[in-house]
Amino acid sequence: MNSNTLTLREIKSGEKCKVEDLLSKGKARNRLLDLGFVKNSIIEVLQKSPSGDPVAYFVKGCVIALRSEDAENILVREI
Amino acid sequence: MGLTRFKLSKSKSKEVNFKNQYKIALAGNPNVGKSTVFNALTGLNQHTGNWPGKTVTNAEGYCRYNDNKYAIIDLPGTYSLLASSTEEEVARDYLKDNTADCVVIVTDATCMLRNLNLVVQILSITNKVIVCVNLLDEAKKKGIVIDLDELSLQLGVPVIGTAARSKKGLDKLLDAIEKICIGERKCHTVKELIQGIKINSEIPQNERDEILTNINKRCERIYNLCVTNTKNDYTLKDRRFDKLFTSKITGIPIMLLMFGVIFWITITGANYPSQWLSWLFEQIKTYLSAFIEYLNAPDWLYGFLIDGVYTTLTWVIAVMLPPMAIFFPLFSILEDSGYLPRIAFNMDNCFKKCNAHGKQSLTMAMGFGCNACGVIGCRIIDSPRERLIAILTNNFVPCNGRLPTLIAIISMFFAASFFGVLQGIVSTVILLAVILLGIFMTLIVSKFLSNTILKGIPSSFILELPPYRRPQILKTIVRSIFDRTLFVLGRAVIVAIPAGALIWILANVHINDITLLKYCTDFFEPFGKMIGLDGVIVMAFILGFPANEIVVPIILMCYMATGVLTDYSSLTELYTLLINNGWTITTAICTMIMCIFHFPCSTTCITIKKETKSFKWTLLSAFIPTAIGVILCLIINMISLLL
Ligand SMILES: Nc1nc2c(ncn2[C@@H]2O[C@H](COP(=O)(O)OP(=O)(O)O)[C@@H](O)[C@H]2O)c(=O)[nH]1
Ligand SMILES: [Mg+2]
Repeated sequence: MNSNTLTLREIKSGEKCKVEDLLSKGKARNRLLDLGFVKNSIIEVLQKSPSGDPVAYFVKGCVIALRSEDAENILVREI
Repeated sequence: MGLTRFKLSKSKSKEVNFKNQYKIALAGNPNVGKSTVFNALTGLNQHTGNWPGKTVTNAEGYCRYNDNKYAIIDLPGTYSLLASSTEEEVARDYLKDNTADCVVIVTDATCMLRNLNLVVQILSITNKVIVCVNLLDEAKKKGIVIDLDELSLQLGVPVIGTAARSKKGLDKLLDAIEKICIGERKCHTVKELIQGIKINSEIPQNERDEILTNINKRCERIYNLCVTNTKNDYTLKDRRFDKLFTSKITGIPIMLLMFGVIFWITITGANYPSQWLSWLFEQIKTYLSAFIEYLNAPDWLYGFLIDGVYTTLTWVIAVMLPPMAIFFPLFSILEDSGYLPRIAFNMDNCFKKCNAHGKQSLTMAMGFGCNACGVIGCRIIDSPRERLIAILTNNFVPCNGRLPTLIAIISMFFAASFFGVLQGIVSTVILLAVILLGIFMTLIVSKFLSNTILKGIPSSFILELPPYRRPQILKTIVRSIFDRTLFVLGRAVIVAIPAGALIWILANVHINDITLLKYCTDFFEPFGKMIGLDGVIVMAFILGFPANEIVVPIILMCYMATGVLTDYSSLTELYTLLINNGWTITTAICTMIMCIFHFPCSTTCITIKKETKSFKWTLLSAFIPTAIGVILCLIINMISLLL
C-alpha cells in the first residue's frame, strides 16, 4: 500500500479515482466485484444523499449507491 | 425461495397444432427490460418498472412462432452467477441444469460494459445463447453506438438489437431463437473468452477475485471493440435530475411534494366519479326495487338482496374504486420514471440508524399498492434479518384498499369545513401526516426489532440508481386500470357480497327480540369504547380481515340496520349517519389510526406465512401493528376525555 492510497469514502464529489483493492469480505465483496469495483476500474464520485450517506458513484457506466461503511472498504488511488 | 414453478411440459401432448415445444429462459442484470421483452413475446402483463428488483419470482408464459411453441421463463435479475444472493443462486442453478433450450441474455445497451460480465459468465456454462441488446432507442439518444455484428463475432453467439418497449426487433429475436432451438444455427464457443472461468459457489475467494478480474479484462476489450460513445456527457441529464431529487436542500422537500401531489390528485379527482357512481347506483336501485316488487318477492328477500348485498357492493365500488383507479396509475408512472430508487437513496440513512436496510423503502412503496406484493418484494433484501424486519413492518403502509377509507374519513371530518382548493390541500396534508406517522412507526419498530429479537448490525446497502426514463403515461394508465385496479376491485367485490349478506342476516335474526348483530356489537362495545371506537367499528375491522376495502361499508351497514335508514348517496349524508351514531372527532382519529395499525389482511398474512415459512413470525406481524394501534387509540381516547 503506498502513501497516496485512500478509501473511497475520502474522495470528494466530482472527483475520479481508480480502484486498488477491496477490504470487504464475503457477500459484500462479491457484490462489489459484480458491480464493477474491480482492480483498476475508474470510479467517479457523484452525488451525496441529503444526509451525506449513502453516496452515489459512477462505475462501469452505471450509478451505484454505497453506504459509507462499504465505501470505506474500497481502497483507491486518486487520478 | 419459492422461485421454481416449472410445470412446462404438461400441455405438450394435448395440443397438436405445433411441432415442438422449447424452453427459453430470459436472463440478465436487473432492470434491463427482461420483463418487457417477456411481456412483448408472451402478451402477458408481468410487472415492469424502472427500478432494480421488481421481479423476484420466475414468471412463465408461452408464445408461438411459425410452427413451434415456446415456453418463456422470466428469471429474476442477476448481476452475476457467482451467487451473492439467493435469487442469483436460483438463476444460476436453473441455467446450470441446462433445462432451457436457449438462453436469451437481455442486456442494457446503455451500460454494456457491466452487462458483458454476466454474458461471459453465462457463456461459460452454456453456449445455446442469444444476446439481446435491449434499450437501443435509449442508447441512440445517448449517442452510444454498438456494433452488433462485431459483438456477435467476439462472443460467438447471435446478437440481436431490440427496443422492447416499442416492440422493435422482436421478430428478429424470435427468428434467432427458432434457429438455435431447431439447431439451424450453432453457437461456437470462443475458447479464450471463457478460459479458466469456473462457475460454482464453492470457489475460494482469491480464485473468485481472479476469475472476476479476468472476466472484467476480457469484457473491457470487447467493449472497446464494439461500443463507441459519441457523446461524452450523455449522463448529464440524469446527473442534473439527481442534483434536484437527492440533494441536501431539495431532496426531501421534493419527495414530500411529489407524494403530496399524487395524494391531492387522488383525493380531488376521486370526488367526482364517486358522486357520479353513487348517483348511478341509486338510480339502478330504484329500478331493482321496482322489479323485485313486481315479482312479489317477500320482504326479507328484498332486504337481503337490496339492503344487504347490493348496498355493500355498490358502496365498495363507489367509494373505493375511484381513489384506487387514480392512485394506482399515478404511482406506476412514478415507478416507471425511475424515481423510486432515489427515495431509497434519500431515506437510507434513517433505515441505517434503525439497523435496517435502505431497500425497505422500496418494499414500503410497493406496499402502497398492496401489502402482499410489498411482502413478496422484500426478497430484494439479501440479509434475512433485515428482510424479516421489512416483512413485519410492511403493513404500516396503507395499501390501496385502506387508502380510500382514510380519504373518506378525512374528507368528512377534517376537510368538510374548508372549501374549494383549500379543501383538497387540507385533506392532502392530513393524509400525508397519517402516512408519515405510519413511516415513523415503521422506523421505530424496525429499530426496536433490531435491538431485541432480530439483533444485528446493518448489512451493506448497495443499490443501483437506474437512468430516468420518460414514463409511458397513457399505456401505464390503461394497463394499471385494467389489470391492477380491476383485480383489487374484483377481490373486494367477492368479499363484499358475502359480508353484506352476513351483516344483513345478523341484523335481521332476532333472539329474545334482540338482533344477533346487537349481541355481537354489544360484545365488542366495552373494548371499542375504551379505545375511542365502538363495537361496530371493532367488528368491522375484524370482519374486514379478508379484504380491508369492506370495513367502511360494514360500519355503514351496521348503523343503517339499527334503524337510522338514510340515503347514502353522498359523503355528507354518510357524515350525518356517523354523527347520529355517536361519532366524534376522536372516533374519526382513532378509526384512522386503527386503519393503519391493525393486523394485515388475509392475503398478506398468507403471503407472510409463505415468505417466512413460520407461523410465529406471521402471528407477530399481526400482533405488532394491532398492539400499536390499540395503545395509540387508548392514549388518544384518554387525552380526549381529559380535555
Ligand atoms: N426506452 C426503453 N425503455 C425500456 C425498454 N425496455 C424496457 N424499458 C423500460 O425499462 C424499465 C425496466 O424494464 P423491466 O422489463 O421491468 O426490467 P427487468 O428488471 O429486466 O424485468 C421499465 O421502466 C421499462 O419500461 C426499451 O426498449 N426502451
Ligand atoms: Mg423484471
